[in-house]
Amino acid sequence: MTVSSESSAAGTSTLADLPKKVFVRLGILPFLLVIAVVVFTILSDNFLTGRNLLNVLRQSVFLTIVSMGQMLALLTGGFDLSVGTTLALTSVVGAMAMAAAYAAMPDAVWLAIFIGCFAGIVAGTMIGLCNGIGVAFFGVSPFMMSLGMTSVGFGIALFLTGGTPVYGMPQAFGDVFGFGSFLGIHTPIYVAALLAVLLFVYLYRTPFGRYIYAVGGNAKAAGLSGINTRATLLWTYIMCAAMASVAGMLLTARLDTGEANIGASMPLESIAACVIAGVSLRGGVGRLENVILGALFIGLVQNGMNLARIESYLQTVVLGGLLILAVIADQIRLRYVASLKD
Amino acid sequence: MVSQASDAVVQEVGEGARTSAHPLLRTESLTKDYPGIRALNEMNFDLRSGEVHILFGENGAGKSTLISMLAGANHPTSGKILFDGKEVHLGSVHEARELGISAVFQEFSLIPQMTVAENMFLGAEPTQGGFLRPREQKAKAEEILKNLDFHLKPGRRVDHLTRAEQQMVEIAKAFRTDPSVLILDEPTASLTNHETEQLFKLVAKLRKRGVGIIYITHRMAEIREIGDRITILRDGRFIDTVDAATTSEDRLVELMTGRVVGQIFPKVNYNPGETILEVDNLHTPGSGGLNGASAFVRRGEIVGFAGLVGSGKSKFAQASFGSYPIESGRIRFKGQDVGKPKTRDMLKRGFMYLPSDRRSDGLMMMRPARENISLASLTNAPLSAGLFLNTRAENRVASELADRLNLSPRRIERLAGQFSGGNQQKLMLARSLTREFDLIVFDEPTVGVDVGTRAAIYQFIAELSENGAAILLISSDLPEILHLTNRTYVFYRGEIQAELAGDDITEANVLAHFFEREEV
Repeated sequence: MTVSSESSAAGTSTLADLPKKVFVRLGILPFLLVIAVVVFTILSDNFLTGRNLLNVLRQSVFLTIVSMGQMLALLTGGFDLSVGTTLALTSVVGAMAMAAAYAAMPDAVWLAIFIGCFAGIVAGTMIGLCNGIGVAFFGVSPFMMSLGMTSVGFGIALFLTGGTPVYGMPQAFGDVFGFGSFLGIHTPIYVAALLAVLLFVYLYRTPFGRYIYAVGGNAKAAGLSGINTRATLLWTYIMCAAMASVAGMLLTARLDTGEANIGASMPLESIAACVIAGVSLRGGVGRLENVILGALFIGLVQNGMNLARIESYLQTVVLGGLLILAVIADQIRLRYVASLKD
Repeated sequence: MVSQASDAVVQEVGEGARTSAHPLLRTESLTKDYPGIRALNEMNFDLRSGEVHILFGENGAGKSTLISMLAGANHPTSGKILFDGKEVHLGSVHEARELGISAVFQEFSLIPQMTVAENMFLGAEPTQGGFLRPREQKAKAEEILKNLDFHLKPGRRVDHLTRAEQQMVEIAKAFRTDPSVLILDEPTASLTNHETEQLFKLVAKLRKRGVGIIYITHRMAEIREIGDRITILRDGRFIDTVDAATTSEDRLVELMTGRVVGQIFPKVNYNPGETILEVDNLHTPGSGGLNGASAFVRRGEIVGFAGLVGSGKSKFAQASFGSYPIESGRIRFKGQDVGKPKTRDMLKRGFMYLPSDRRSDGLMMMRPARENISLASLTNAPLSAGLFLNTRAENRVASELADRLNLSPRRIERLAGQFSGGNQQKLMLARSLTREFDLIVFDEPTVGVDVGTRAAIYQFIAELSENGAAILLISSDLPEILHLTNRTYVFYRGEIQAELAGDDITEANVLAHFFEREEV
């Protein structure tokens, strides 16, 4: 709210300065969004239709949830490379527990679903707990910590399954959480929306959210102001993993199997979504709304490229390029911030 | 080879250099702006060959900015640098060095994992056909070290050396090329007396060779011993260039701090009440730590901690606050034993510490002013409502404090980093008003702050004290200590050298313990 009012107020001074001011205020995302919509609309007639846009929303829901968690880690000045592994481990453990519970008590379908989700999310969150302990208490760099945990988690997931998909979950799980819809909108979208609202309240209406920004903004200042920086870091990585775990369970429902090899692209895509949305890699800067928009943007680009029949291998090239472009834009933006002092 | 080359330079410069009309190095209206602050304003400075020219001024007066530009590490916003009468553009440290301007900065630019010789020739390694020639490098390094009379082995790794030895490597590095201008930034800060003597001998030798030396120091004794001329800077401006032999110490201090005292410092009523903080026999770990310091602060009292940088005055407050480790010592706050203090707990008890380094310890530069103000009180009423933040109350509190402290511009959503130094300091001060504190520690509250804001900050401190808070003012700024404090402890090398009260807090009394005068 403040953002739009301020940029419009500034816009009245000189119209020519407006793009620069929007760029400084909001980052590169608005520009990319406009460009993407224009380009894909030209390339494909089916792109700018209500049905397709709803499709984009549904396809990018997993990335959106993971990105919200990733944003927390980035806000503290770290990042989490193990979000993909978290997804995989959650999927495998959740599916195995659910299948086992269902086999033991075929009548209690919902209890089995609950047990499976609970087990999966706890397993995934454990990765975050390890990351958090390493980063907060032993001062391991988030890069090494989460990279190490990527290997650990992936290894466990493969070990548990022997590399084969896990079957045997109740039909209802996939029907409701994977393909179910209410008022024409798919269940995962409701889950993502609920998480977004909760996270918004947490970040912007409680002191704890402010602590995350403070630790990333200036950890020393936060410590001198009585904020427990270690607990904040620990909690941040736990929340990040918990978000990825929820995405993992939703994806499991969608696939109807527990898979050890899902989520490999999540670390890159979620960091890209955040950075494109203006989250600073130095920590302390970034808004939840923008991150959601950033994740949707990546979904939009992937969808557009599919419609335009761009080969999937080439799509990864585009994605990596976008990420680098966003980081460069962030650097340029910082320079502008220094020059545009008012 | 090196010695021959240096002899050639010596002759060239030595002949008539002292009588030559144009100085070796000169600046004209040199100005440097940083976002929100003018670090150096229209500086005119000149260096003759064969002199030791001392730069003198408070922290943040612009000395470091000046030398960083002369050394090519930084680029002026406007103004000219003339070397040997010709205007030069120093694009990098390397370019300056090629010209013959070498600097030894306070922060070492050594790579700890490399050897002495490797560090000395970093970026200018002797090669043949693209391959390194380590033996030649070692021989050259040995020769330079021998010339300088430094007893260092070129093959030793830098991280195995003492700080003083590292300082010697840093100086030796400057002699890889034969400098005609040598810049030394507080070179004796980490040296022992013996090493300092050696350095002075070296400086004398260089001066005879015709090298112009720019020397930054805070120590009066050194100015006497090696200085020829002194240029005083204050608030980024040139104040005066004086002759070292004929200028008194008092005059120097006056020039350095130089303002009409009465207009800036408020009158403070002195009504000491109960003791708030009481610290007994405090020791902190490490060789430069506190070594048995004791002090107390009462309500309604402004207590000063004076001393040089590194004397332990800041550590004392930080250790009592829980942000610096303690080895032993007893800390009582409001009559209660604290044990090992923890920052969060001390804040709850009513102890606020405002750090000196706003950028690194104080503010979140990329967050709005509002969040910086409220940071330490997010879980207290009125900012918190149960589990939630009361954002409306936060806005109100931040706006009120911005009004009260005359924040300029008065926009609480502006990023902290976009405010000027003085206004950033106000954000920190505002933090101490977000709830009731019994003791507020101001660590160098006026560093890099303009005179107008200074006066406002002093007024603010005086009001807090009169309203019954206990105030601890840690300062390297002498007038602040003299005119604002009711009682002052002078720190020297981790110990409290003196406790002065009331009319005993005079320049002479404080300085006697402040600048190692006794060693002269």
